[in-house]
Amino acid sequence: MLRRHLLKASALSGLGWFTLGRGVWAAVGDAQASAPPPRRLVVIMLRGAVDGLSVVVPHADAAYYGARSTIALARPGAPEGVLDLDGRFGLHPALAPLLPWWQSKRLGFVHACGSPDGTRSHFDAQDYMESATPGRKSTPDGWMNRLVGALPSEAAGATRAVSVGAVLPRIYAGPQTVANIATGAAATRPTLLDRPAIGAAFGQLYGEDDKVSRAYQASRQARREVMASMEGADLEREMTAASNGAPLPNGFPDDAARLATLMRNDSRIQLAFMALGGWDTHANQGAATGQLANRLSPLGQGLAGMAQRLGPVFDDTVVVVMSEFGRTVRQNGNGGTDHGHGNVMWVLGGRVAGGRVHGSWPGLESSALYEGRDLAVTTDFRQVLAEISARHLRLPDARLAEVFPQFPAAQDRPLALMRG
Amino acid sequence: MKLTRRSASACLLASLVARPSWAASSLEADAAHAVNRLSFGLAPGDLERVTRGGIDRYVEEQLTPERLPLPASLTRQIDLLSTTRLPQRELIQAFRDAGQAARNDSEEGKAQRRELYERVTLEAGEARLLRALQSPRQLYEVMVDFWFNHFNVFIGKGLDRVLVENYEREAIRPHALGRFQDLLKATAHHPAMLFYLDNWLSVAPGYQPARGAGALQKSSGLNENYARELMELHTLGVDGGYSQADVTELARMLTGWTINPRRTTGNSVFFFDAQRHDAGAKQWLGRQIAPAGQGEGERALEVLATHPATARHISFKLAQYFVADAPPAALVDQLGARFLASGGDIRAVLAALFASPAFRDPAVHRAKFKTPYRYLLSAVRAADLPLTNVRPLLATAYQLGMPLYGCQTPDGYKNTEEAWLNPDAITRRINFATAFASGRLPLARPMEDLLQDGDKAGPRQAGKFNPAWATPPVNAEQLLATLGSTLSTRTRETVAQSEPGLRAALLLGSPDFMRH
Repeated sequence: MLRRHLLKASALSGLGWFTLGRGVWAAVGDAQASAPPPRRLVVIMLRGAVDGLSVVVPHADAAYYGARSTIALARPGAPEGVLDLDGRFGLHPALAPLLPWWQSKRLGFVHACGSPDGTRSHFDAQDYMESATPGRKSTPDGWMNRLVGALPSEAAGATRAVSVGAVLPRIYAGPQTVANIATGAAATRPTLLDRPAIGAAFGQLYGEDDKVSRAYQASRQARREVMASMEGADLEREMTAASNGAPLPNGFPDDAARLATLMRNDSRIQLAFMALGGWDTHANQGAATGQLANRLSPLGQGLAGMAQRLGPVFDDTVVVVMSEFGRTVRQNGNGGTDHGHGNVMWVLGGRVAGGRVHGSWPGLESSALYEGRDLAVTTDFRQVLAEISARHLRLPDARLAEVFPQFPAAQDRPLALMRG
Repeated sequence: MKLTRRSASACLLASLVARPSWAASSLEADAAHAVNRLSFGLAPGDLERVTRGGIDRYVEEQLTPERLPLPASLTRQIDLLSTTRLPQRELIQAFRDAGQAARNDSEEGKAQRRELYERVTLEAGEARLLRALQSPRQLYEVMVDFWFNHFNVFIGKGLDRVLVENYEREAIRPHALGRFQDLLKATAHHPAMLFYLDNWLSVAPGYQPARGAGALQKSSGLNENYARELMELHTLGVDGGYSQADVTELARMLTGWTINPRRTTGNSVFFFDAQRHDAGAKQWLGRQIAPAGQGEGERALEVLATHPATARHISFKLAQYFVADAPPAALVDQLGARFLASGGDIRAVLAALFASPAFRDPAVHRAKFKTPYRYLLSAVRAADLPLTNVRPLLATAYQLGMPLYGCQTPDGYKNTEEAWLNPDAITRRINFATAFASGRLPLARPMEDLLQDGDKAGPRQAGKFNPAWATPPVNAEQLLATLGSTLSTRTRETVAQSEPGLRAALLLGSPDFMRH
């Protein structure tokens, strides 16, 4: 029988995906009704190292203006100036859609945050951020996959994780089941394989228990789930309404809205991941307008749309935005910035202790810089992730070391990122 | 049992079910393995030819592609393309003219610019895919793909919108089976790389550009992007034993390596501008570097090209590409030694690889999961269709997360199962196989028509469908013969029981066909 086969496959495989169906859920429906609503985590990774000093701008730090003659963002109040956050920091004007979430204290930041490993290789730094074992490349799995396995679950297999995009990221590598769904409208459009005759024939071919067959089975299952969750959502109409009739740009805002709808309608999805590229601004990065602003704008729009669309579920959700490292404090010869070290992490959610820039700010005087050139790291990125896992996702202390194995001191110096 | 195209139709049913297991004979399985790794997939007749002539001869043939003539039909199609002949200077001029035309948001100008980008992108894709599909020099085309990824540049970044094809033509292709050092130097001097990793902008600290230098006036200091990736990705590898100081020093040595279309040397717009070069002394990889202008960078490339860490890094990547995702360490060591002993002779390293027991070990047969690029090419090769329009293939590669020339980051596309095997990928491949096998893709749209008409669908979309552009449905019997023992008994049995109209789709969408 297919169901038993799927369960067996996911339990035995070294690499599994999304293998539980609606039938299983029906059986645990009663238990779910009495349990508290599940807590969720969405991780957005900005690949290529976003310039955090242009995202949450230290406008009270004179050294910032000294180091960036043409790409610094103006002080609050000046033309094209930053949106003041707390008198010390300001938000990039392209992120204006996020300001209301800051004001209502549901968006916060952790500045001077990053990895204890000093690598300036994008690929190594991303690898470390996704394995959560800085300096150790041999870690076989990603921390979000370990998290799937470690989270308390009311019923066997009740935790589910999704990834948006054509490939599965390193952060989800490992034995737990993860579904990936396509970006763009294709995610919900009917395909040839949805025709019964074609689906049945391929089902026969992919009935074995090898990796490729398991991927096929997982995909058919995920598709049924996604289609069922999206049923009646009329996403396109809702999105047009939310933007006052203006068509939304393709890309992130669209995918973020689709993911939020899926999560709102399907309480079993606890973890989600998306990656966005194009942040490696070595030349002509721009300031209030330009290359970086053009990237930040859909990101801000998409995050605000996602928060809104999550609706009642927003209270149970934390969205984290992170990037492998920051960029040099001093602009380079080409109106850009090179690979640096410390960066800013973004934290958005109904229970987030928002309206604050968390962490300790080391300053930008040359004596304070890492290796004389970069923002120093005063908060380990795992501190943020571990705190959210423990306080928000209710990951038991005993399992914390499993997810963040080289970081036993997570509880020692809490940032107090979550309210209550 | 030997299965030829002629006999296949005569005894289809028998051939569908009578195969005892994976390999009817180990010779055929070995031949299928060699062809599957050295080429983009089995085409009709390949199995029979290589089984008969022997694998060694096939390998030898593929290692000396200059002896294999190109079919006239392929040459004729490539000759229809216009931008794939243009020199660097003219491409850059066209890019600048289009940029001028699109100034001030002129709609007409923007349309003109879009047209240029689309034409160049489509023609680059046509040239690459037609050769990969139809050239008998398969290993050569495989290595073009390998090296392009190794020295990746991205078609979405500024000037590289018009330069990627020229980069492949002038930097990659001439050296794909040549000497690593020549290949490295060709990429380092090519404007596509100088632009992509920003070295064209990198100048000595305090350099003041002359008035009227245009875009280059933005340059006022060091940019270490290229220097870092040159060591991390192109040569030594990230664990190759260099420091941040080595990155900065190498960037200083490479200051002044820039682009100047007004000062061409032969076909190249590479220009060493001594004014921008940092003339101070440097200390790099434990060496004192005496000031030598352009010579500093040239010497650095020679040091890097022949460095033991580079030999190890390249050998690992080749072994992973041709043998298995986690290649045996002994093989990597052996190839590294061959690399150093041969002065970085790529052909010699490959010859050692193909002769190694690790490559011929039956345990690695079909151990590789196809990348989207290889999957698409292998389907078309197996079906042997008269294809002229590659747009549906480009669109599918894009959907599968592997747009041609579209890898944004300098590490290029990965080649491992971990990177490409996921649930969504399998169903998308199956959807492609089903549409392709039934002849529902406009693959036979004439190239003249594609290049001239006003269809602005762009290379990422398949475009409108006209029944006249359809290819005939793929012939399942012929596929069975072509793919031979690479199809499992289970697949053959399932296919034999299914309705005839679906058989070719099932074969090309089968789990067996996902591997090679």
